[in-house]
Amino acid sequence: MSTYVEHAHDAHDDHEHHDSGSQTVLGFWFYLMTDCILFATAFAAYAVLYRNVATGVSGKEIFELPYVMGETAALLLSSITYGFAMIAGYKGNKSAVLGWLAVTFACGAVFIGMEVNEFHHLIAEGHGPNVSAFLSSFFGLVGLHGLHVTAGLIWMTVMMIEVAKTGLTGRAMTRLNCLSLFWHFLDIVWICVFTVVYLKGAM
Amino acid sequence: MLLGKLTLDAIPYKEPIIVAALSGAGLMGLLVMALITKFGKWGYLWKEWLTSVDHKKIGVMYIIVAMIMLLRGFADALMMRAQLAMATDGHLGVFPPEHYDQIFTAHGVIMIIFMAMPFMTGLMNIVVPLQIGARDVAFPFLNSLSFWLLVSAVILVNLSLGVGNFARTGWVAYPPLSELGFSPDVGVDYYTWALQISGIGTTLTAINFLVTIIKMRAPGMKLMQMPIFTWTCTWANVLIVASFPILTGALAMLSLDRYLDFHFFTAEAGGNAMMYLNLFWAWGHPEVYILVLPAFGIFSEVISTFSGKRLFGHTSMIIASGVISVLGFMVWLHHFFTMGSGADVNAFFGIATMVISVPTGVKLFNWLFTMYQGRIRFTPPVLWTMGFMVTFSIGGMTGVLMAVPGADFVLHNSLFLIAHFHNTIIGGAVFGYLAGFSYWFPKAFGFKLNEKLGKAAFWFWQSGFMFAFIPLYVLGFLGMTRRLNHTDNPAWDPWLYLACVGAVLIACGIGCQLLQIVVSIRDRKKLADVTGDPWNGHTLEWSTSSPPPFYNFATVPHVHDIDAFTDMKEKGEAYKVPQKYAPIHMPSNTATGVYIGGFTTLLGFALIWHIWWLAIVGLVGIIGAMLARAYDNNLDYYVQPDEVESIERAHFEQMGIDVDNYTERDAEKPRRGSRPTTTA
Repeated sequence: MSTYVEHAHDAHDDHEHHDSGSQTVLGFWFYLMTDCILFATAFAAYAVLYRNVATGVSGKEIFELPYVMGETAALLLSSITYGFAMIAGYKGNKSAVLGWLAVTFACGAVFIGMEVNEFHHLIAEGHGPNVSAFLSSFFGLVGLHGLHVTAGLIWMTVMMIEVAKTGLTGRAMTRLNCLSLFWHFLDIVWICVFTVVYLKGAM
Repeated sequence: MLLGKLTLDAIPYKEPIIVAALSGAGLMGLLVMALITKFGKWGYLWKEWLTSVDHKKIGVMYIIVAMIMLLRGFADALMMRAQLAMATDGHLGVFPPEHYDQIFTAHGVIMIIFMAMPFMTGLMNIVVPLQIGARDVAFPFLNSLSFWLLVSAVILVNLSLGVGNFARTGWVAYPPLSELGFSPDVGVDYYTWALQISGIGTTLTAINFLVTIIKMRAPGMKLMQMPIFTWTCTWANVLIVASFPILTGALAMLSLDRYLDFHFFTAEAGGNAMMYLNLFWAWGHPEVYILVLPAFGIFSEVISTFSGKRLFGHTSMIIASGVISVLGFMVWLHHFFTMGSGADVNAFFGIATMVISVPTGVKLFNWLFTMYQGRIRFTPPVLWTMGFMVTFSIGGMTGVLMAVPGADFVLHNSLFLIAHFHNTIIGGAVFGYLAGFSYWFPKAFGFKLNEKLGKAAFWFWQSGFMFAFIPLYVLGFLGMTRRLNHTDNPAWDPWLYLACVGAVLIACGIGCQLLQIVVSIRDRKKLADVTGDPWNGHTLEWSTSSPPPFYNFATVPHVHDIDAFTDMKEKGEAYKVPQKYAPIHMPSNTATGVYIGGFTTLLGFALIWHIWWLAIVGLVGIIGAMLARAYDNNLDYYVQPDEVESIERAHFEQMGIDVDNYTERDAEKPRRGSRPTTTA
């Protein structure tokens, strides 16, 4: 960033493309939209298949709303704490960023842990994805979200190392910004999963 | 165990045709490698091309891949036409069904995904940044990565020829046929992983170019002033971003069915095969517009340049492309009217399909009005454009015919359909890319292509096309369905022979094009384009030298008009020698894209053959390479003004402009080889 500023005095350079921040964030937005459509595809598949329980169970028999409520609370809380990390980042408070990222990571890990536990129970009780199209689409949709959250956790670990080592550089802030978009996006998707899959299924 | 499902039986060494094809390809490869070694060009190839992040070089590499795949896909086509011309009246021909089915599947996949898509992407890479006055794309490394993901997928598809087999499902891979129960071997897995990998590359390219177009236009260039090719590419990229994830999702579900015993599309446990068809075509229909819209842009550029006029109805062209893009998402069900979704649903999709002919008609009339009263130069790009107008109109009309659900019930999966979509994709997209190829070739390489051979190629293609596909319309009406291995109906025979003749004519056309490239390289001095503006062009790509310097523009142009370069020429500002040059910020080359492509190939191969340890190696390699890239601090550099000055000086001197004794009048003076401007 600083090298860019040195040369910015030249009028011919005024649309230089290496002010990577805003471009990267825009590109990341486009990526998120493609991801959004990927989720939409998984939701569509679930909507088509959720009644096809074949010889297996239906959602009503397996969904435990209080448990999912706990998962949801952990994930929503992690969105708030990520917001605090970003606020600390704009203030340049490195240790606060690291602290809030750690809290966010812990919440995300709780969420993933609970989800893995839920999957494990279902499979152990003979309600695996191989039983029916309903269970396939359920594991597909919820698993897709879980994979995303896991990727987000790995990314967060990498960012914590980067911030700890090199501080809140422009590059680190751009990346934290993208991860922030990603993380909140996954939260929104989860609210849809919670509503469409669990709430509707348990009703 | 160590090699998963891979055994020696996977190598088809007992089949003479495959062995011959493989050894042929192997020998060609060895010859190329020997030549590179002989001339000591490995280092050059690696440093200047394979690791390049220059959009022009990446574009050229895309087109080279597309042309090699054109040869492969066309060889498949010749085999199919030969088989069908021989296997009549009870004869069985040369290819047994299990081989023939792989050929038509590979033909479809290769022509759409590995010929047409990279050709389009290559032209877009070379031209779009130049047209908007940018020095590169928004994410140059990502651009290189997209290309290497395509190469990875191409390697996998071609590997299936020698290791295992390819899908025998048709290029759409409908379940339940593509499910494990009916396709237990690796063919479908080659298909799914190759498409997934190239699809991710395509999505990244689209994101990259959308950001480039939104953020990096030259100062003064408003959105509605962007050149029409850039606009049609923009729409195509919007379509890619919106539709490719659906393919990713559908193929992922198919893979889950095949690998982990899920039941998305299976015939048992409540799976729904028709959901695959819906998802596939929700991607597949927009995909045909992704292919054809940039081609429409090319025709627009070509017809405006060679008519010596502004494009008629620039704004209406942009809007028509947008309408086509939106409607393209609302018609997918017409690929399976026979699903039985009822009269109301079929009527909706039928009418929506027919409505697309309205914006397409707008375009056709715009092109005709552009030519009206123009001084048309009948160069090869113009021939392709005019051939397109005729051919595509026929394809469009048969498309509207098939959009009538009642008619479709008769014609569904008949050769009438095959004739229709070849009519639109060859006559629309491929003719467009070939027009763009000869139109922008001098820009990319600095010399024009031989016109005589270009014209011969066009006439062979055009006549060959008619011979190859008009008989298929007739055969469709006579009741012949697609994907037949042999036939026994004397009434079909003459038409099958005719179609085979057509394929041979197209082969002559392709031969002319290969010869054209060789002859033009030989005559490159005579065909040289010294000004950078060989056709008296209208847009910014012609304002820089041919080939452009790696930084594209020494000074960033300021835009005041749709035809920005015509505007500069009319104001006499086209060849101004700048007072001084500023340092230019450029991205450094990187091999990370090559490495990630390599690891992706490993990952894909391992997943296809269930070699789990290798899959982990591939995945870890990909992540590791990405992290290494993320923390690489050596990403860019500045080109110093004296280097820019010496490159620009050489270009001005080539044009006969004396840089040292330069006066303002020199900027206006007609250059060597230029023609009078005739803007209407």
